[in-house]
Amino acid sequence: MALLQISEPGQTPEPHQQKRAIGIDLGTTNSLVATVRNDKAATLPNLQGQHLLPSVVHYGENDIVVGHAAQAASLQDPNNTIVSVKRMMGRGLADILAAEGGNAYHLSDEDGMPYIETRRGSVSPVEVSAQILKSLVVRAQETLGGAIDGAVITVPAYFDDAQRQATKDAATLAGLKVYRLLNEPTAAAVAYGLDQETTNDSSGVIAVYDLGGGTFDVSILRLEKGLFEVIATGGDSALGGDDFDHLVAQWLLLQAGIDAVTATPLQWRQAIIEGRRAKEALTDRDTVAVTLDAWQGELSRAQFDDMVSPLIQRTIRTFKRALRDAELSVDDLAEVVMVGGSTRVSAVRDQVAQLCRRAPLTSIDPDKVVATGAAIQANILAGNKSSADLLLLDVIPLSLGIETMGGLMEKVIHRNTTIPVTRAQEFTTYKDGQTAMAIHVFQGERELINDNRSLARFELHGIPAMPAGGAKIRVTFQVDADGLLNVSAQELSTGVQSSVQVKPSYGLSDAKITQMLQDSFSAAGEDKESRALREQQVEADRMIEALSTALAKDGALLLSDTELAALKSALSDLQYSREHDDAKALTAMIEQVGAASEAFAARRMNHSIKAALSGHTLDELENF
Amino acid sequence: MNLEQNFFELFDLPIVFEVDQQQLSQQYRQLLKLTHPDRFAGADERQQRLAVQYAAQINQGYDTLRKPLPRALYLLTLAGHDIDMERNTVMDTAFLMEQMMWRDEMSDITDSADPEQALGALMDKVSRRMKQDFATFEQYWQAGDEAALLKAGDVIRKLQFMVKLQAELLQLEAKLLGE
Repeated sequence: MALLQISEPGQTPEPHQQKRAIGIDLGTTNSLVATVRNDKAATLPNLQGQHLLPSVVHYGENDIVVGHAAQAASLQDPNNTIVSVKRMMGRGLADILAAEGGNAYHLSDEDGMPYIETRRGSVSPVEVSAQILKSLVVRAQETLGGAIDGAVITVPAYFDDAQRQATKDAATLAGLKVYRLLNEPTAAAVAYGLDQETTNDSSGVIAVYDLGGGTFDVSILRLEKGLFEVIATGGDSALGGDDFDHLVAQWLLLQAGIDAVTATPLQWRQAIIEGRRAKEALTDRDTVAVTLDAWQGELSRAQFDDMVSPLIQRTIRTFKRALRDAELSVDDLAEVVMVGGSTRVSAVRDQVAQLCRRAPLTSIDPDKVVATGAAIQANILAGNKSSADLLLLDVIPLSLGIETMGGLMEKVIHRNTTIPVTRAQEFTTYKDGQTAMAIHVFQGERELINDNRSLARFELHGIPAMPAGGAKIRVTFQVDADGLLNVSAQELSTGVQSSVQVKPSYGLSDAKITQMLQDSFSAAGEDKESRALREQQVEADRMIEALSTALAKDGALLLSDTELAALKSALSDLQYSREHDDAKALTAMIEQVGAASEAFAARRMNHSIKAALSGHTLDELENF
Repeated sequence: MNLEQNFFELFDLPIVFEVDQQQLSQQYRQLLKLTHPDRFAGADERQQRLAVQYAAQINQGYDTLRKPLPRALYLLTLAGHDIDMERNTVMDTAFLMEQMMWRDEMSDITDSADPEQALGALMDKVSRRMKQDFATFEQYWQAGDEAALLKAGDVIRKLQFMVKLQAELLQLEAKLLGE
């Protein structure tokens, strides 16, 4: 596997060296990777000059292939070719069967989690996504000439915790560091620089209309002084450009005198390919010559528009509903951003423009706009660009709550709360000597837990034995900047930390991920230890860079001479350990230096806050 | 800043009920710019965890101080009068009667001759009433003695009902406008 043949550069990176940061649009139909070079964000093509990587993975006799090659294989070998895997991410088997009906490939079940049966064994949707990510990472490494430092991966705004976690797990499997999961509509707005326009005390409402190959999403965002808030989303997971092609194909079959019901799969396929070609040609022409079998004819744009108009009207209705949900009208919209290849169809643009009474933004290629925005954000997060004034704040898309008496949902963190966020809730025991309890976490807006989505069961163990009602357990729910939930628990009277065991309802357990990682190492013929060593070296490099910079900047100011000397010596120990290939020793050293420098990190944070509040810059302050 | 600091100290604001909203949001943005995990996306894991903790605390502080009801509850907590919603549900009968009156008025709206106008009138009435109640709360809270704080707690419980009512009225409005 190409990814693993590229070796880690052996040296510690120089401070302030440019990082290789990428943005990835992991789409249902196609995926893209983009990066910022010379201040310009652009998507990266493969050697054949193709930017789009079809999100298709083929498990062949001898190898696993991704993209166009996999797409070609799908016709001969549909059972071993996985398409649209994004629809399965973070979902249970029952959900998938209900939503998709029959799939070409065989699904199996392990604790309710879906696995796809291939000739190379059963694979989870997370593993399939990891293959797509790996393929994009290889492309980026080859273009940028070295290992990738980190990525921003986009997800739909409505993705729940399980779907986000599955996406992040896929990156972990692909060996990719995730700087941040970013909402797709937010990324599109960033690509157009709309975030910058609103930093100057202005604010505005932006609609993002995203019509892809197989899905339609609309999002309403509010931008306020650098704060991005998704206020409403809507969509249709079974409506896209493929449906346009299908309609034209039906028309072609009719014209050619072929009965659509009895048409052979080959005839259908030819009709669809010709239909798509005609659709694409009509974006800049008024008529196009078409042919099917022996029949030859012409399709005008007006005819085409009539054909697809009912489909476009469906998206317009969904758009209106999202605006109503946001308690807004079209007059409130400052901009409308077009995303997805199907927004090239001029009838789509016209109908959206008509609804919004303004021309939508279309200057960036609608296929590339999300990946482009992700790359811009990745470049900032990597520290390559010092734009300290800009901050994207995201909100949690769905409320998080716990099951209470009678199957009711008690909301702990409400939807649209800015993340990261922490909420604590206190519980007590109901039996004498009770030492464990279970908390069932749900995500959704309905009052009954059964109408919401089960996220995970958390089991707390190690509660000190006390009379019923005696133990007071504070459970802390933390949602990080990626929108992912963490739970911790503490008994208050004794201070005993309870251990929290997570059983995700629709995800892979940590143990399962570790297992998959190991399997992937052995499949790649790579030594588990050497991989572990490289990962620790990367973490050590991050730490060395951060600590050296911090010590140089604030060491003398915030540390006593003894403290400074101790940290400097810890740092040189870490540097020594970094250059010697002992994973265990390096892990221990990272832990040790991390612990030793934690107080310094907190002091720096406090110091910068204090300086900011008193209206001074850091350099002006002489004493802490 | 440390994580034990109260939210007013965190935002460098005086401990009062009527907070300067502009200063609050200005401080909020500034603090978040320094602590948000995005600023530490490339750093080591401990540093990132620290950033999540700080930013979450700042977000929670902002959410608490921004709106009057959570702010009032927080002021009571700081004064040592945590009101426990679960256990202290005893309300005076007069207020229970009043609750029924509000609910009746709300259910009459849909059948009235001009629902939109009726709804607008009721919303105005509710917000006037809440403004009054918050002023009463502020007086009791400022008095600060044990008896006054208990009364402040009673006012808050009533306001909690009013806030819920207000949310329901907004939902009703959305429904009326949507039809």
